[in-house]
Formats: sequence, structure tokens, C-alpha cells
Amino acid sequence: MHAELSPLGFTVISVALDKDPESARPWIEAASVTHPSLVDTSYVLADLYNIVNVPTTVWIDEEGWIVRPNDVGYATDTFRGIHGIDSGRVLDSIREWVRDGTSSIDRNRARELQPLPTAEHQLARAEFGLARWLGMHGRSEAAERHFLRAGELAPHDFTIRRGSMPMRGIDSMGPQFREMVMDWISRGNPYYVPLPE
Amino acid sequence: MEVIGVELTLVDQAGETVVDAELHGDRVLVTNADVARATGWVRKPEGMCRDEVCVPLRDASRHTDDRVDLTAFAEALQRPLAVDGDEHVAFLGSAAQDRAEQLTSQRAPDFALPDLDGRMHTLSAQRGKKVLLVAYASW
Repeated sequence: MHAELSPLGFTVISVALDKDPESARPWIEAASVTHPSLVDTSYVLADLYNIVNVPTTVWIDEEGWIVRPNDVGYATDTFRGIHGIDSGRVLDSIREWVRDGTSSIDRNRARELQPLPTAEHQLARAEFGLARWLGMHGRSEAAERHFLRAGELAPHDFTIRRGSMPMRGIDSMGPQFREMVMDWISRGNPYYVPLPE
Repeated sequence: MEVIGVELTLVDQAGETVVDAELHGDRVLVTNADVARATGWVRKPEGMCRDEVCVPLRDASRHTDDRVDLTAFAEALQRPLAVDGDEHVAFLGSAAQDRAEQLTSQRAPDFALPDLDGRMHTLSAQRGKKVLLVAYASW
């Protein structure tokens, strides 16, 4: 995508929300990317853009305006059976935006669709920040209290609930993750909501 | 009530500062000088001030002449504060209102993040190009 469209004034910026650069390294090196491929161990991007799950895409135009806010961004069909999103259509709409300058939604619609954080959610992010600091300094019992508190305050934020799992020695693709998702879904919540077409 | 003097680590997205704190039960009182050092907010008669902005500190009884109640300070800024009194660490987060205003304006918030080699990249350096920002994770 980046190689195809970069001559037309386009770039991908990918950001790994991970506990350390080494967690992201194998992914970045395997993809041998040519675009800026960054690592965010402080979850700065999640805080700035109110990101609650991955992968999330945001379209930003030449002048720095958000023209399509947080959306589920799958570049492959690997997990299509789970999320039901057709990567081909996603890629086509990006090509159209880059080539013709036509975004799939107008500015007012983009503003309506922009998710905004609540005070409670920002407190969850502060608890998560405190937990990460404690975890990094070897105080894992105290860290666990704050990881759990953060997840209670923002149960829909899987950058916290799932993203904390590797920091807590939990397999983020294992039974505890599946149990968490099943519990969330069984109470009538979607795991991840794409923007409406 | 027992008052315990401690070195408290005050963390935010920009970094961390060790400050002189007194723990009064759940309350954390930090010296005026250390609040300024850690956050850039200076205590003045009108409240807490930074650059041209001052925010009133309510509940005068929560503070002393030379110390600020950290929770009340965070409330005054409408910023979230997470505290672990046993571990002597606090994290000062960002205000929901600030984040919401930025995102509602539809200006893409700028950021500076490193690549694997530690080189810093900003969003603003890509001005003039369309950008597909992709957040992902190994988990």
C-alpha cells in the first residue's frame, strides 16, 4: 500500500502500542517497511487519539485534518472470520482517497463519528500509566491492582485490558483473553465496531 | 492523624519527578516548589499559574502555606490523578476536556515517537502528504 501510493503524496505511519521495542521488532522487521514504523511504549497515541483497540486507522489529510476518525483497520483477511471486515474494500477506499481526493465521509460526518474520551476513561488511562510504571519497577503486586482498576474504569478499552496482559505475564491470545472477550460480548457489547459505511 | 514524609515519584506522559511529599492518610501534600518543578504550575495568591493562565485552588483548608494537596490540584486542572500511597507513586493524566476539544477541532494531534533505532518521527513532518495512521500491537 505504502509503496504503491507514496509517489502520489501518501505515507503510512504505523505505531506499535507495546510494552517495549523488542515486542514490536519481529513484526516490523518481518514486514521490512519503508514508511515510518514507530513504537509507543507510553501509549501516547492511544491517549491523544482516544484509541481503544487495535488495529485502528485514522486518515489525516495534507493539511493535518482528521478526515476519517478511528476505524478498524485490517490490511489482510487473516482474521476476517472473527471481525467480518473485507480488507480489499478498505484498501480500495484508501486508494480512492489518495488518487481522487475523495474521502468516504464529509467533514461534519467525520466530526460526528469522532469518539471522545470521558473523564472516567482518562482516569483509567492514568491508572494504566501508574500500573505500567509500577510494573517496570518490579512492583508487580501493586501494578496488578492498578491494571485491574484501569480495566474496571474503561471496560471497552482493550488497549488497556488486553494490552496490559503481556505486562502482567498473561498470554494475550490465551484463555484469559478469550474469556474476557466472551464475557464482554455476552453482555451485549461489540468487541470492535467499524465505522458505518 | 499520622503524617509521613516521603519521596514521591510524580509521573506524567512527559516524564517523572521525585517530589517532597507528606502523606496524611489518603491525602498527598507536595511542596509548592516541587509542584512547580514537576508540572510547571506555580502557586500564587490567585491559584496555580502557568504562562498567562491561572486556575483557582478551591478548599483552602486542604492546602497549607507551603504545600499543595495533589488531588485538589489535579481537580483544579480537571486532570485525572492515580495514586498508590503504599508505593509512593502518582500518575497525572491528561484532561478529558482537553482531549475532546482537540479531537472535536479535527486537527490531528501531533506526536513525536521513536522508530526501532531510536530516531524520532513526528506527524507534522509529513505535512503535505496524506497520512494513514495505523495503531497496532504485537498482542
